[in-house]
Amino acid sequence: MKKLSLIPVLLVGILLIYASKDFPEWGDPSSPASKSPLSSHFIANTGVDTEVPNMVTAVLGDYRGFDTMFETVVVFIAGMAVLAILKNSDNKKSGKREFEVDAEPDIIVTNTVRLLVPVIQIFAFYVLAHGHVSPGGGFQGGVLMGASFILVALSWDLDTALARFPLGRCTIVAGAGIILYGGIGLLSMFLGGEFLDYAELANVFPVSREMARYYAILGVEIGVGLTVTAIMFSLYANLSTEGRLKGGL
Amino acid sequence: MFEGGGIINELFIERLNYLIYVVLLLIGLHAMIAKNNLIKKLIGMSIFQTAIILFYVSVGVKEGATIPIYLPEHDPHGSHASHSDGNETEQSNHGPVVLDAELVKGYSNPLPHVLMLTAIVVGVATLGLALALCLRIYQGYGTIEEDEILAKIEKQEMRSNPSDVLKSADSSKQATSRSAKSVSKPKVSSPRSSKRSKASPKTKAKATSPTTKAKTSGTKPVSPKRKAAASKSTTTGSKKSPAKPKTAASKSTTKAKPKPRAKPKAKPTARAKAKSTAKKATASKPKPRTPKK
Amino acid sequence: MMENAIAWILIFPLFGSVACAILGMGNKKICYPIAVLSMAGSLWAGIEALRQVIASEEHTISYIFGGWTLDQYPRGVGIEFYADILGILITLVVLGVGLIVAIYSKLPVQEETPGKEPLFYTLFLLQITGLAGICLTGDAFNLYVLIEVAALTGYGLIAMGSNRAAAATFNYVMLGTIGASLYLLGVGYIYIKTGTLNMIGIQQAIEANGLADSATMQVAFVLVGIGILIKMAFFPFHAWLPNAYCNAPTTTSCLLAPLVTKVMIYVMIRMVLSVFGVEFSFESTMWVDVMPWLVVVAILCAAVMALAQREIKRMLAYLIVAEVGYMVGGIWIYNYYGFIGSIFHVISDACMTLCLFLGTGLILRKAKTTKFDGLRGLFGKMPLTMTGFFIGGFSIIGLPPTCGFFSKWYLITGGMVSQRWEYMVVLMFSTMVMVVLFFRLIERIHLAVTESGENLGHGHGDLGLNAEQTRFDEGPLSMLIPLLVSATIVIVVGIYNQDVVSLIEIFLSDYNLPRGTGH
Repeated sequence: MKKLSLIPVLLVGILLIYASKDFPEWGDPSSPASKSPLSSHFIANTGVDTEVPNMVTAVLGDYRGFDTMFETVVVFIAGMAVLAILKNSDNKKSGKREFEVDAEPDIIVTNTVRLLVPVIQIFAFYVLAHGHVSPGGGFQGGVLMGASFILVALSWDLDTALARFPLGRCTIVAGAGIILYGGIGLLSMFLGGEFLDYAELANVFPVSREMARYYAILGVEIGVGLTVTAIMFSLYANLSTEGRLKGGL
Repeated sequence: MFEGGGIINELFIERLNYLIYVVLLLIGLHAMIAKNNLIKKLIGMSIFQTAIILFYVSVGVKEGATIPIYLPEHDPHGSHASHSDGNETEQSNHGPVVLDAELVKGYSNPLPHVLMLTAIVVGVATLGLALALCLRIYQGYGTIEEDEILAKIEKQEMRSNPSDVLKSADSSKQATSRSAKSVSKPKVSSPRSSKRSKASPKTKAKATSPTTKAKTSGTKPVSPKRKAAASKSTTTGSKKSPAKPKTAASKSTTKAKPKPRAKPKAKPTARAKAKSTAKKATASKPKPRTPKK
Repeated sequence: MMENAIAWILIFPLFGSVACAILGMGNKKICYPIAVLSMAGSLWAGIEALRQVIASEEHTISYIFGGWTLDQYPRGVGIEFYADILGILITLVVLGVGLIVAIYSKLPVQEETPGKEPLFYTLFLLQITGLAGICLTGDAFNLYVLIEVAALTGYGLIAMGSNRAAAATFNYVMLGTIGASLYLLGVGYIYIKTGTLNMIGIQQAIEANGLADSATMQVAFVLVGIGILIKMAFFPFHAWLPNAYCNAPTTTSCLLAPLVTKVMIYVMIRMVLSVFGVEFSFESTMWVDVMPWLVVVAILCAAVMALAQREIKRMLAYLIVAEVGYMVGGIWIYNYYGFIGSIFHVISDACMTLCLFLGTGLILRKAKTTKFDGLRGLFGKMPLTMTGFFIGGFSIIGLPPTCGFFSKWYLITGGMVSQRWEYMVVLMFSTMVMVVLFFRLIERIHLAVTESGENLGHGHGDLGLNAEQTRFDEGPLSMLIPLLVSATIVIVVGIYNQDVVSLIEIFLSDYNLPRGTGH
């Protein structure tokens, strides 16, 4: 049957190669994507509209901020769905599995990690906040932060990490991220603009309209970072223990 | 198809990057459809989505352009030092300015990068969810090879519908076992396992069906390690999982059956061999391990 | 505040779901009221939006998130929600079905997935958010994100059931990801040729630059089309649907079965009419010639497979595949009446599928099985439930005054007027098959002979049931009332079909569709 499945795959391949005969040259500055008023507006006017030097963050957080909100919602859904699938699902006897070992945490590893984790977390905050002027932002910073908790779980055991960040708190933090994002949007709506129209926040905060967008982008990035942190750790905790939250790798 | 220049030139030189993305996409798609192991399917899914991401990023490339972050002279908050003649540097602050078309050409397109941030995150979320599903399937069926899972599902359905068994015997699915290499050595790295048609011959013989049921119920609490190790053996002819809800029963593996009884395995094998009509080979011998219940 | 009604449609379920997730950790019982209230608020916002759409002069609302209004910024700088009559009608269907299932879900959720109610309602409300957003959005990439939101919540909702459900969901994940990724690749091809992601902007770019002959756009159309066909379970990509819907928990199948495939049909209509345009889709590509024949094969195979089933849920799943075939055929016969039929069939099919699945849930609860064998005597035991169930059944067959009759009427008219005799013949044939299906079911409920030939009535004319089994014993009110409400809606939509069709005609008047022989 592996041979038979090659046929549709090759058909798709021929279709895609046929399409490429009409593509613009790679890197052509006058291709429709690069020449279009859309991308020209983004490059030319981001500084004027939002005063954010990083165009990608501005487009992500402000121009297409609605997409980013649903992207955060997707991360939240993944965490909730994994909880829903794996909770109370242990069919076999709950004992130790063969791959679980009882080992003492190694002294070198634990002390190295003890020094590393604060640095990682500060770097995560830096990536999040500095996403305005360098590549970075909420997703990247959130993943780094979640990875720091996973590192604690790997070098000691999962219980140590769960003592610092229990799963109930994970859910609350993840929900708080989405509420922060949606809350900024709702506040803008109540102040008279559309949903996620950050410029309206200038009516309550003593900043100009452009700087209101600047700070609101930072706010939504923090919201995104919160959700991603919590869900990354929650995914690790659930997947490595098959939902039981005991033992683990 | 391509006018002038020959296909080789057009395809491999001018549009090389698109060809590479297409090849990656096809590798991922083939893995998703044709592989038997669920984790390999997920790896294929990951490769497939990566190819699409690479395609989008390549759309945003502009020759001679820099990354889409404002250089210091265009920075809306920035102040840049300008060197004048007398070795004195002046700081001039400037507010945000609209760039004109010439300067716009110096920055690459930020939009595909933004779109692909979203796509990567969506891919990661799907992967996490699919891994949780794999875990759940493993807890329930003890295996992550797709044909074994389908075989177990068929068995469960047969056990819960005894009256339908006669019907399924009439509309029997043909045994499509291929001739597998016979495994002689007990240590197997990747033996081919044989297939037996399970539905028709076994249910016709009433004597064998309780034995079959006893065997399958006896193999349920077998430790997952043994299954996982044995399931490394690829079964010949994995099927396209999306397209076949019904013909799954025709392919069943024998790995599940003879594990706890190393010795008397020859008897059920012989009995089933006598009944079924297709070519057989001996099943993969279990590794020499104490049976764990 | 009310000018943001379109935003409120999505905000209510979104915040409701986060509230369910957080508050549900403390007190499980609070999730059900939160869910019902969010759905009610969202439905109210949807009705308000419908009024605004009808009252506006071009019968559209354009709502740009972020305030990047069209007078100052180019089109596509912000994400636009473009709600015309078609979009708002389907959104109302989604919200209405969601509210009914939310009310229905109180007891099944507690019984089938105990301890997981907060997670269930979180995923439920986010699914409604995704589906409603798909119907309203005007941006091609935002559509991909919302399709993935709806898909991921769907996977979670289905897999909450048994292990068998998890295996079926994995298959669904594989196919669904292929579909959504092909759609994404198609959007990428559109972007590389047009430079914009806004749906109206794409259509303007195709017209302005004459991209109708471009190989890239043709392949983009194929990719987008196949991606959507996979997600709507069009034969032969339907393999995920029967297993996924049959093994899912009751409430999940009541929510997903009426909505997911119909919303994907809406996406196809939107792509064909608004994004690629009528000339491109119907005159530049070859789909008009090929698709009706594929539709014929699809409907035949689905109807025959439905005949072979011995269990209600599987039979209904194959009926969904056949109905998808009807609607896709209605689009591709390239006719004004076919489009009216297809859009009206989306609305009516959602209602009647909802009715059938709600009834199946009640039957499962009382009779403990959905196999045909176990249904004997149910007419006496649960008359209201069976009445509601069979109103849905008659609507699928197409008996007046249910809405199914009128939608089939328009589809057959479309087939006749455009001289697509194959489509007409297969519609009539499948109607006969559905008559057989439902009347066999009625007979089975009345007969004493089981599937395997056993005569339980002992020839006395009774059904072999004791007095206990025939006592009047309806289901609980929280499940019965939504079923009766949905059965009433099926009949009311049928009676007032002219109002709905006139709204659809206002929408279709913007597009240049042939009314006579279009071929």
